[in-house]
Amino acid sequence: MAKPLLGTLRDMTGGAEAVTATREVATHCPYCALQCGMTLRATPEGKTEVLARQFPTNRGGMCQKGWTSAELLDHPDRLLTPLVREDGALRPATWEEALDKIAGAIGRIQDEHGRDAVAVFGGGGLTNEKAYALGKFARVGLRTKNIDYNGRFCMSSAAAAGMKAFGVDRGLPFPLSDIGEADTLLLVGANVAETMPPFARYLTEQKQRGGTLIVIDPRLTTTARQATLHLQPTPGTDLALANALLHIVLSEGWIDKDYIAARTTGFADVRRTVASYWPARVERMTGVPVADLEAAARALASGGKTIILTARGAEQHAKGVDTVTAYINLALALGLPGRPGSGYGCLTGQGNGQGGREHGQKADQLPGYRKIDDPAARAHVAAVWGVDPDELPGPGVSAYELLDSLGTPGGPKAMLVFGSNPVVSAPRAAHIEERIRSLDLLVVSDFVLSETAALADVVLPTAQWAEEDGTMTNLEGRVLRRHALREPPPGVRTDLAVIAELASRLGTGDRFTTEPRAVFEELRRASAGGTADYAGVTWERVDAEDGVFWPCPSVDQPGTPRLFVDTFATPDGRARFLPVEHRPAAEEVDAEYPLYLTTGRVLAQYQSGAQTRRIGPLRKAAPNAFVEMHPDLAARLGVEHGDEVVVTSRRGQMRAPARLTETIRPDTVFAPFHWGGAARANSLTSDALDPTSRMPEFKVCAVKVELA
Amino acid sequence: MKVVIVGYGMAGSRLAAELRDRGTDMKITVLGAEQHRAYNRIMLSSVLAGKVGERDVEITEAAGHGIDLRPGVTVTAVDRAARQLTTADGEQIEYDHLVLATGSRALVPPLAGLDTTNLPDRVAVFRTLDDCRRILATADGARTALVLGGGLLGLEAARGLAARGLDVQVVHAVGHLMERQLDPGASAVLVRTLAGIGITAHLDAMASSVTAGPDSVTLGLAGGRELTADLLVVACGVRPETEMARTAGLTVERGIVVDDRMRTSDPAISAIGDCAQHDGVVSGLVAPAWEQARIVARVLAGDDPTARYRPLPVVTRLKAAGIDLAAMGNPAPEGAVAEELSFADPVRGTYAKLTIVDERLTGAIMLGDNPAIGTVIQLFDRGAPVPVDRRALLLGRAIGGGAAVTAESPALMPDAVTVCQCNTVTKGTLVRCWRSGARSVDDVVAATRATTGCGTCRDAVEGIVEWLSTVDSTEVAA
Repeated sequence: MAKPLLGTLRDMTGGAEAVTATREVATHCPYCALQCGMTLRATPEGKTEVLARQFPTNRGGMCQKGWTSAELLDHPDRLLTPLVREDGALRPATWEEALDKIAGAIGRIQDEHGRDAVAVFGGGGLTNEKAYALGKFARVGLRTKNIDYNGRFCMSSAAAAGMKAFGVDRGLPFPLSDIGEADTLLLVGANVAETMPPFARYLTEQKQRGGTLIVIDPRLTTTARQATLHLQPTPGTDLALANALLHIVLSEGWIDKDYIAARTTGFADVRRTVASYWPARVERMTGVPVADLEAAARALASGGKTIILTARGAEQHAKGVDTVTAYINLALALGLPGRPGSGYGCLTGQGNGQGGREHGQKADQLPGYRKIDDPAARAHVAAVWGVDPDELPGPGVSAYELLDSLGTPGGPKAMLVFGSNPVVSAPRAAHIEERIRSLDLLVVSDFVLSETAALADVVLPTAQWAEEDGTMTNLEGRVLRRHALREPPPGVRTDLAVIAELASRLGTGDRFTTEPRAVFEELRRASAGGTADYAGVTWERVDAEDGVFWPCPSVDQPGTPRLFVDTFATPDGRARFLPVEHRPAAEEVDAEYPLYLTTGRVLAQYQSGAQTRRIGPLRKAAPNAFVEMHPDLAARLGVEHGDEVVVTSRRGQMRAPARLTETIRPDTVFAPFHWGGAARANSLTSDALDPTSRMPEFKVCAVKVELA
Repeated sequence: MKVVIVGYGMAGSRLAAELRDRGTDMKITVLGAEQHRAYNRIMLSSVLAGKVGERDVEITEAAGHGIDLRPGVTVTAVDRAARQLTTADGEQIEYDHLVLATGSRALVPPLAGLDTTNLPDRVAVFRTLDDCRRILATADGARTALVLGGGLLGLEAARGLAARGLDVQVVHAVGHLMERQLDPGASAVLVRTLAGIGITAHLDAMASSVTAGPDSVTLGLAGGRELTADLLVVACGVRPETEMARTAGLTVERGIVVDDRMRTSDPAISAIGDCAQHDGVVSGLVAPAWEQARIVARVLAGDDPTARYRPLPVVTRLKAAGIDLAAMGNPAPEGAVAEELSFADPVRGTYAKLTIVDERLTGAIMLGDNPAIGTVIQLFDRGAPVPVDRRALLLGRAIGGGAAVTAESPALMPDAVTVCQCNTVTKGTLVRCWRSGARSVDDVVAATRATTGCGTCRDAVEGIVEWLSTVDSTEVAA
């Protein structure tokens, strides 16, 4: 494979005139899990330019978020000094003062309330090195069981379903390039044209090759408009829809009997379950015509290369794990996983949503995707960390349960937040904001004063992506290298430095380093032998090989672009069929709250918007929240396009202008969740949790809408 | 508490599953007359069609989890005073609560030459898996079949047999098919549709006699006409199976009379499904039976003792290769000011008739290619308001769904239209870019970043650049 000029800092002028030198690095975009390859260039004039780079994933493409990402580096809102709260207001402070204050408060709180009284909340945007260090800091530095992260709101349902069925959770078990070559591609609850636009290049390629694209979404999204067939179900009925597709596949004799016999277990129970999902029954539940269900099933079973992908639309439900399982059952019955060019995958959301869930940020996990309650896993990781396995805490609770317990009698009294803005992004956000406000100590590490940072007792200014080295693992399970273009501004430190400083004050400073390369070397050892095995991945290999796919157990192995070719990661090597039944949403519509609310994203904003809302061109493209509704519904409510409306659920209210469109079902309204304050969509969302993944039900709840 | 369910069809098996899912400490016994695992009766026409095997129609069993499942057991007596059942084997089973889910049996009309209690080999009814086996045993090697009855069940049987390649004739006593659900116009289109898949319908044809021989069966019609085939399926409706209830002294009319909790005249006994009569109605469909099972489970398990059955709107659906039919509600409500929508394209087999009162659908018939059928069923089901533009109900949702940018001529496109969504580039931006010196697609892309995201606007951007170059050269020439 030809190697492009990657990685190291290069002096374009050959060093002749250092003063006017233009420096550039090959790195990746700071935002979503596609992690588009980009080149960052520091010009002699002191500007930072962003160029799209030819990389196997984005193939030279980039969206507006990526193009404008450098605008945050020297933004006026950038935090350049620690802040501490005094007399109710935040004021600048020295690092010594800020860190001493944190360490002192942690000591007092842990003395009084026990070790678990201090919680850590991480993020899916942190590098592997930071995620790993944070998990270790919680277990070794703070010795608290209470650590979880915002990825729980993102990938947990697909992760749990993948673990159950395949014994491993890697977003895509095949390279992205397979998607462009699929004969039939099914996207379930994925609006990639807005959430990861350059991904849509694969849809274009797939279409140009004559492929069939099927999109399941309650809205006719930008992605759904490109579909050959769009199925527009009632929110919360994706599981029933999958079972109906499998019912049809069975009835028509389209299952892959040899594959089922040779590579799976548990089919008989699933067959009997889906026998009760005959198409006419499911048509009534979903509103999707039987003819469309049949057409979709026929295309999926066409015998060519077929790929099924789920995303948040299917996963962010109190039955998210079962919904994903239903689509995996369908994929298994068709013999797709492990067949070249075919398979099931999920589309990871946050930049390091994959790596972030593998290295110990999750309440129940240790590095390498190990279970924290597995004695062998504890022994291995404790040896790497140089501690007694018995000293490691046990599993904590999931993200929402953690936030919900803050400041309560048995709950944490302090929380350290890295790379997350739960005041905007958590479900039932008004309640969560109240819990966060009740803490004795809130510490937030961020580079702008996010809505969560604004409530903090101590705010720590942290480095941005262009100022740090490390690795990210993209949606394919491909480990990528992030290269620093420049040093952080004076007064700003990296999260690794913060962790090391705090650990030092808490008496375990010798176990932490500020050097990302050293952290990665330790991560390799800690993950060795685990499900997500990085032992054979080195920073040099990542640069030289356009990334390395895990598992990669040793340096002389090539990594694993395609999983499941010969076997699954289950004890018997077979994939597991698991019967799943439809159940209603936790909150269905009724006379008082007669409309479904579903939430999601817009192209020009990212996650809680703390970064993207501060960037001029993005703010211009998507200036404010809105409530999308069908003109028929608007007419009944007396609402016209642009009118301010108030949306109310049992948990709160949001206020935003109405946006009328015929692309949404008349029984459903949609709001993007990127904004805080009165326009915070998550004030409305449900805190019903999936029983397995503890994923909140972001994608459906009951609301009423009124003219403001 | 000891709960005994008599009947292991769609209603009884559902109730057992509902109770199991609630994980109560009830001791549940299920007695089924049929010698099978639980199966989905809806799929039997696919069994007839040969598309699926018997194994494929099995549904999830509630066995285990404290449920004692006993297929092939017939109950002969109910002693209500002692709360005790007697089976055909003489076994006695006690209950605290008894649920009758005995279903229905096929109705065989009195026809000359037909012993209704002992049907000849080439004559069968169509209700159970055993009936299916019987039909298939004869259908194997047969080329022609008669179906007596042009209701839903008869047409299900006919389409199953036709799918096996048999030449099928449906004999129906009334002037149009499925007369309880369809109007004559829909029936006429349906007759044409059926003809296309090998089914001939004889309407206004009253059967009077059956002559079954070793090699064929002949149906005599009033007026002297005779139809002969290899096989006759009798599908003249069903009758609730109420004999046990009647003997036990429960109130029985057409079905076993139940209240809103599905309790019979004896509060220790409930009835659900085809055998039950609620508010004067015996439903005969799966959806109400399952809802009734859910109500009984909620009341018995105690998670909602106040649960009450509210009849569901009835939707009749017939969907098979070549047929797509839905009928619901009352297409001609009396005394109401109704608005009627209709569409007919008989040559292509499409027919739609919808009745709207006070912005709500009160009835609909849809046959053939009706893209809005899913929406129509949900609107009817929920009593939700219909679209302002009624055409959406007939023609589907794709009205004003937003055309792709590429479809527009650059000259007509307003400047404010966003051409590249990924980088928020409007037509106006592209024009300004051209005016300030860009002269190629590459120039425009470099300056605006249009096309660099998903790439789908490439054609549109190229079109605009081409248009700009044409316009400009014209201006120069002029």
